[in-house]
Amino acid sequence: MKALIRDLHSTVLEFVRTFGAFQLFFLRLLRHTPKMLLKRPRLVIKQIYNAGALSLVIIMVCGFFVGAVLGLLGHNILARFNAEDAIGTLVAFALIKQLGPVFTALLFAGRAGTALSSEIGLMKATDQLSAMEMMAVNPVRRVLVPRFVGASVALPLLVAIFICVGLLGAHLVTIELLQVDAGAFWQQMRLALADKDIFEFIVKSVAFGIVAGLIAVWEGYNAIPTAEGVGLATTRTVVITAISVLILNFMITAVLL
Amino acid sequence: MLRPVSAYSENLIEIHDLMYSRGARVIFKDLNLTIKRGEVTAFMGPSGTGKTTLLRLITRQLIPQQGAIFVNGVDIATLNQSELYLLRRRFGMLFQNGALLTDINVFENVAFPLREHTRLSNRLIRHVVLTKLHAVGLRGAADMMPSELSGGMARRVALARAMVMDPEILIYDEPFVGLDPISMGVIVRLVRRMNDALGITSIVVSHDVAEVSTVADCSYLISDGKVAASGSPDELRTANSELVRQFMHGMADGPVAFHFEAPNYAEQLLGRDTE
Repeated sequence: MKALIRDLHSTVLEFVRTFGAFQLFFLRLLRHTPKMLLKRPRLVIKQIYNAGALSLVIIMVCGFFVGAVLGLLGHNILARFNAEDAIGTLVAFALIKQLGPVFTALLFAGRAGTALSSEIGLMKATDQLSAMEMMAVNPVRRVLVPRFVGASVALPLLVAIFICVGLLGAHLVTIELLQVDAGAFWQQMRLALADKDIFEFIVKSVAFGIVAGLIAVWEGYNAIPTAEGVGLATTRTVVITAISVLILNFMITAVLL
Repeated sequence: MLRPVSAYSENLIEIHDLMYSRGARVIFKDLNLTIKRGEVTAFMGPSGTGKTTLLRLITRQLIPQQGAIFVNGVDIATLNQSELYLLRRRFGMLFQNGALLTDINVFENVAFPLREHTRLSNRLIRHVVLTKLHAVGLRGAADMMPSELSGGMARRVALARAMVMDPEILIYDEPFVGLDPISMGVIVRLVRRMNDALGITSIVVSHDVAEVSTVADCSYLISDGKVAASGSPDELRTANSELVRQFMHGMADGPVAFHFEAPNYAEQLLGRDTE
């Protein structure tokens, strides 16, 4: 029993310590962000390209099929109540408020988050970060901040693209394939969507971008500098980002209901 | 009582009563040594004695638990981050594996410190970088990526990068490991030539006795967390100490055991230790 309490105590203590360090790390990134944006915008743009443009294919393909399957299933159910015209509303709500931000964040963690973690972890393992320190270049500012900002900016853009392509997928399935009226599809959607739904999409995608970027650079920077350590950090990036995004999604949804 | 060296003393670096441990393992205890200006100083010692750790302490990548390290008369433990970075601009460090940035080419790697710390025009940066690459014989490799370089070439590029800011102190971490004889000869000559031509101070960490002996003015043999012997390579070679003799002549038997501490071999093979 005593051992159990001792283990629990040390686990809680370790969690609190890590969480505290994580918050301080976040503040450190924020402190360097304005200077980096003003003085070295090219570095940030390069990382937006790496995290965003290079994730476009997976995001667009997934977005298209998520939208298509939503259209298909939604139509199947709504048809039972003779409410096929409401399919536009259903797809838009599902994509804009939930599936778009969450799905994109999860895909982003798998594609760009892992790339960031392993890149930073390998830079650490091969002494590149130490070499920067020795050249009097702060690796947090030079390496981590552009990647964190790049990920935080890229994700909201990818969410918007995911939603647009998803709507296109739903449009093709429901209007072209299932012969739903195009006017009703878009009109119902337009009438049902309010400003607060768009606000929810913005809040979620920005929050998920910050969380995904932060976890990826944190895990990479704190990776044990070995092949196994970098592998573990990469795996943790996906797992922790997925859990964090889902919890955060619930919290934001509850607050904005 | 710690006494800082004067800023212009003959000793560029002084280490006083240094104590550093990692967990329960004591790496250094009461370590004292000095590094003279303008000389090539070598740290030698068996694997695992903390030679690289000592370099990281001198450059304050690590902080000692006790004792002090003075560089140019300044206790480096007292520096804040910007002062530390100012000091580090006077250092150039060659890492064991080169530590080149893998996402940029050779030219940009060498130009990296210049782009970060100066506002030189691209034309001037090009001039400086090509000069440094020429000095290490790799001007023709300027457009290559680090992944295309051999180990020896990567280390020479790293050397060009280490000296691109014209440092006062050049630090080499195991510069001779894993090199073919030609590359090794080139690096050995470069270490000596850089030191003499540029009037800098060099610190070489290595356990290659033959190579170090050809370049070092002064060597420290580090063992068991202390300086076991010091002096010129000739002095070390003729020293009476058993440890020094064993190390300098590469003898299997001596104070440094070949085997890491372990239970009795026969008993372990017979499985008695697990009973």
